[in-house]
Order: sequence, then C-alpha cells, then structure tokens
Amino acid sequence: MTHTEKTRKTEKAEKALKAEQSAYGATGVPGPAPAGLDAHLVVDRGSFRLDVALTAAPGDVVALLGPNGAGKTTALRALAGLTPLTDGRLRLDGAALERTAPESRPVGVVFQDYLLFPHLTALDNVAFGPRCHGATKAEARARAAEWLERMGLADHAGAKPRRLSGGQAQRIALARALATNPRLLLLDEPLAALDARTRLEVRTQLRRHLAEFEAVAVLVTHDPLDAMVLADRLVVIEDGHIVQEGTPADIARHPRTDYIAHLVGLNLYKGRAEGHTVQVDDGPAITTTEDLTGPVFVAFPPSAVTLYRDRPTGSSARNLWQCEVAGLETHGDQIRADLTGELPLAADLTTVAAAELDLHPGATVWATVKAAQTNAYPA
Amino acid sequence: MTSPTDAPDKSAAAADTLRGGPRRGRVRKGLGRGVPLPLLVPALLGLAFLVLPLIALLVRTPWHSLPDQLTSPEVWQALKLSLLCATAATAVSLVIGVPLAWLLARVEFPGRGLVRALVTLPLVLPPVVGGVALLMALGRNGIVGKWLDAWFGVTLPFTTAGVVVAEAFVAMPFLVISVEGTLRAADPRYEEAAATLGASRFTAFRRVTLPLIAPGIAAGAVLAWARALGEFGATITFAGNFPGRTQTMPLAVYLALQSDPEAAIALSLVLLAVSVAVLAGLRDRWMTAS
Repeated sequence: MTHTEKTRKTEKAEKALKAEQSAYGATGVPGPAPAGLDAHLVVDRGSFRLDVALTAAPGDVVALLGPNGAGKTTALRALAGLTPLTDGRLRLDGAALERTAPESRPVGVVFQDYLLFPHLTALDNVAFGPRCHGATKAEARARAAEWLERMGLADHAGAKPRRLSGGQAQRIALARALATNPRLLLLDEPLAALDARTRLEVRTQLRRHLAEFEAVAVLVTHDPLDAMVLADRLVVIEDGHIVQEGTPADIARHPRTDYIAHLVGLNLYKGRAEGHTVQVDDGPAITTTEDLTGPVFVAFPPSAVTLYRDRPTGSSARNLWQCEVAGLETHGDQIRADLTGELPLAADLTTVAAAELDLHPGATVWATVKAAQTNAYPA
Repeated sequence: MTSPTDAPDKSAAAADTLRGGPRRGRVRKGLGRGVPLPLLVPALLGLAFLVLPLIALLVRTPWHSLPDQLTSPEVWQALKLSLLCATAATAVSLVIGVPLAWLLARVEFPGRGLVRALVTLPLVLPPVVGGVALLMALGRNGIVGKWLDAWFGVTLPFTTAGVVVAEAFVAMPFLVISVEGTLRAADPRYEEAAATLGASRFTAFRRVTLPLIAPGIAAGAVLAWARALGEFGATITFAGNFPGRTQTMPLAVYLALQSDPEAAIALSLVLLAVSVAVLAGLRDRWMTAS
C-alpha cells in the first residue's frame, strides 16, 4: 500500500490514509510531521471574521473560552469540517485536512445538546460510528458495549435517549464520539445543558475521561470554571481573535482583557508603571508592591476593596478613591457593589456591612485597596 | 334564504339561539364572547356548503340494494384496480419523490426555487392538462414514448401501467411537498452529527434522516394515495376507460351516473368511506390544531 499519491479523490484513499494515521497513533511511531493539532482557522462570514491559530500536542486538553458570538463554536465546526475554512490550514498528526469531508476526518464531536439519535438505543448510538467505519453490526455493538461499560452505563444500553438523564446522555454522547477512536475530540459546551447539581458530578467524570484520552481534545465553553477544571490550556477568544492564551492559573492571575478579568472576578486596569506607582489610563494612580516600568496591567479581587461611608482618616491604605454606587447584586452570601467614579471597580462585602454602610444605588462611598493586595504585571 | 330582506332576521335569530342563554355552558364558552355576525353567518354557510352534499349522498343511498350493488363484479373490478393503481402510484412517488424532497430541502443549487415551482405545478395544473401532457411525453408518438415503444416495446397509454403513471404524476407533488416540509422542520444537525461519526451523506440519510422523518413520509404517502385514488382527469385522458384494465372507481362512478345512478351512489359511498378512513388515520397530524 502506498499513500504517496495523496489525491484524496476516492473514499478508499481517504480510508487508507486514516488507517495509516490511526496506526501511527496506536503504535506511537512518529509520522513525518509532528503529531497533534496544528491549525490556523480563518472563516469569513459577512461582517464576522474568525482568525485563530491553535496548536496542541497529543494528550492536551485545550479550552476555547469566550463570550457568546466570539466565534468559539465556529472554530469547533471548522475543525470538524462542518463549516468550510475560508483560508488557513488544518493539520492533524501531519495530515492536511482542509479539504477533507467531515465524515473522513478522524475527529469526534460531542455536541452541546448531544444530538443523540432519538430513534436508536444508547448502545446503537455508540455503535453508529464503528458501523460507519466498516465494523460489522456485531463488532460495532461489542465495541459500543465496552464503551458503555467504561462510562458506567451498561445498564442503560437498551434505553432510548429520551429516557436518559442529562448526565447519562452526556456520557453516551462522549462514548459515541470516542468509539471511532478520533485523533481530535471536540466538545461544544459539554456541560451547558446540565443542571447545577449534575454539572458538578459530570464535570468530574469528564475530567477523568479527558485525562485518559491520548489524542488532542478541544472544548468550547463560556464558563471559566469548566474551562479551568477541564483544560490544561485556555485560549480566550473575543470577536473572532485570540486575546490571551495560557494555563488556567496564569490567565486567572494575569487577565489581559476586561472580559477575562470579569470572568475570573478581578478588577483590571491598564496603565503605565513608574516604580511602585501605576498611572491608570484615564484614571488615578494605583500603588503596587511590584517595581515595574512601562505599560502594565494591575489587577485586584473585589474582596480586596474596603468601603467607607466617610473618608477614612486613620487608614494606612494609599489607594483611596471616592466612588458612587451604580448597582448592587447578591453574589453567593456576599453583596457585590458595582462602583463608578474616578476608578470604576467592583467590591465585595457582607450583607451586614452593606446594611451598616446603608449602601444603595447613588450612595457615595470611599473605597480603599491595600497595595499588597494588588497584582501588577507587564502588558 | 330566498329573499335577501328576511335573511338577516333569520340569521340573527339563529345566532341568538347559538349564542344561547347563560345556562348553556358549552355554547357560551365557545361563542359567548360575541362572535360578530358578519363572520358567523358566512362561516355557518361555508360549513353547510361542505357538509350538505355528503349528507345528501347518505340520504339518497339505496341502502336496501346496497349489498347487491357493492358485490357486483364490475364494482369489485373497479375497486380492486383503483386500490392497486393508487398503491402502485404511491410506491412510485415514494421511490422518486422522497429523494426529490431531500434534494429540495437539503442541497443548495442554482435554480432551486424554479425546481420547487415545477414540482408543485402538477398540484395546481388541471389534471386533464396533465393527461394531455403525459400523452405528448409518453404516448406512442410522444417525445419519450416513441423511443420506449421502439427500443423496449413498452407502451404506456391506455394500459394499467398508464393509470399508475397518470396517478403518480398528479399525486407525487403532495408527497414531495409534505416530505420537504418535514425535512425542513427536522434538525439538520443530526445529519452533521452522523457525518462526524463517519457517515456519508447517503448513510446519514438512510440511517438517521429517514427514521426521523418517517411520520412525515407516512402522512405524505397517505395524502398522495388518497389523491391517486380519486384521480380522474389525467387517468381518463392518458389511460382511457377500459373496464378491468384502466377503469378506476372515479371513472366507473362517472359512467354509472349516466346509466345507473343508484350504482353511482353506491360507488361514491365506497370512496367516501375510504376518504373518511384516511382522514381518521391522519387526524393526529392534521386535525388537531397545534
């Protein structure tokens, strides 16, 4: 068998190529090109343009995080071949997939609402993929049964999707995607369809399954917690472009856009550092502990803010600003105050403290932050 | 309502009766919120217009001689032929109509709107014109029929196969439109899910789409079958009226009306019964307001 003539005009050639790829994956023999994902996705859709570069090694779990409409799902669909690329490249274990039809890509997808085939049992849903890849009915079912066993759902093999709970359906969808031995696993908002309680449990299970998965996994989410628990690396997308990428811890500590800062619950300002003082763009100066020079970000959590009704006299805090309460909302057992003024910021305080301060929209307060609780880093 | 002057009085009285007193709970619930007369009167007239002929048919049915009428060999022959041809026409429509519906619903190609219009045309075309058109295409001297005859010795006009062709021509658009609507309503992402699992478009259609739209296909098939069963104009034009070969029930009814009106009524009653049965079968789909 020679695959040198990679014309990909016939399905046969496709299948042979794919077999070669999975053989590499199984035996660990490296292909001519680096294993894993190497993609530059460009999709033009009218006024929206997605332009995102993604690379990942086998075993990586990458989360695409971003607000609604940022292009996360478009990126996922482009990887699966469901949305054609306008430009760019897509290489998986060295094979170029830009022009490969979705059914011929070694890619598995877990859709947001799972899209389990309603007319098939759980077992036959999982067996669907192997069957399409040429397994006999008996082989496909045997493989599907193994997957259900691994997912702890052997008892539900005969159930139709509408009889399954959200968490069970999620696991069946994962088993269905994994049963084709994909080299790239895509998960679109894998936990969004679940209620809060199930979510916690399924998140833990999903984390375990993703850790066991030996190829590349890319998941899309707008939930920072899902992203941080499930992924090794976060790629934050806003308006079709990557605004930041890194480990969850790095991104949580050093957010670079308001969106990320808001997600991880930090107040974030951009400014110029001059030693221990950061002059915020269009705002006051903030005193920090870091000694930096040049453009920087300063971040601090809302819990680091202390509010006073009157200007504090004995406070040692160097960072003191007068603010006006723009809004109040409950945040767990805390109250989060949204403040405007010379420095817009969010502050967390207890319900009792909020009552004592007589906080209400329009009230004037003084906010302080200790320098030790701020975090400055180069922009 | 012979004189226009007394009509309003009468209908006003009728409306009062229908509106009912406060004690007539059911009626009050439906009509009590003041259905305006200019709507109520034509509505009732419309209802009467549709139901009255059917009542008349039942009233005039020669019930005592009905068993004899219905067991006569001519009736059986026509009924059997009708059922056979309508079923065959439905089968033909399914085999070529469902893929056509899929094409219209799922594949974007230039001129799709025009193709859809062409598919829908037989729906509004007078069936007789359809029959003439079929003769021009598939008749002995038709543009295709000429070659069918010369190469394969196949002649369609004035044969039972011709009846099937004529009925399929008229009935298939009903199936296509119905199935296309179901396909458009069905979530195409199931097909995408199938594709990511390695299913070709045809496999996805066969193993995912087809089972999902089966109820729509069934409804379309029943509709097409009912239309084929009642087909008259295209059939008599293209296939003629030969008892036992091309004389279906509607043709038999029309002919019997000239010579033996009682037989015509009996035959009509059979078709009415079949229609009611079809409607009963479809009631969940079309008779319950969504």
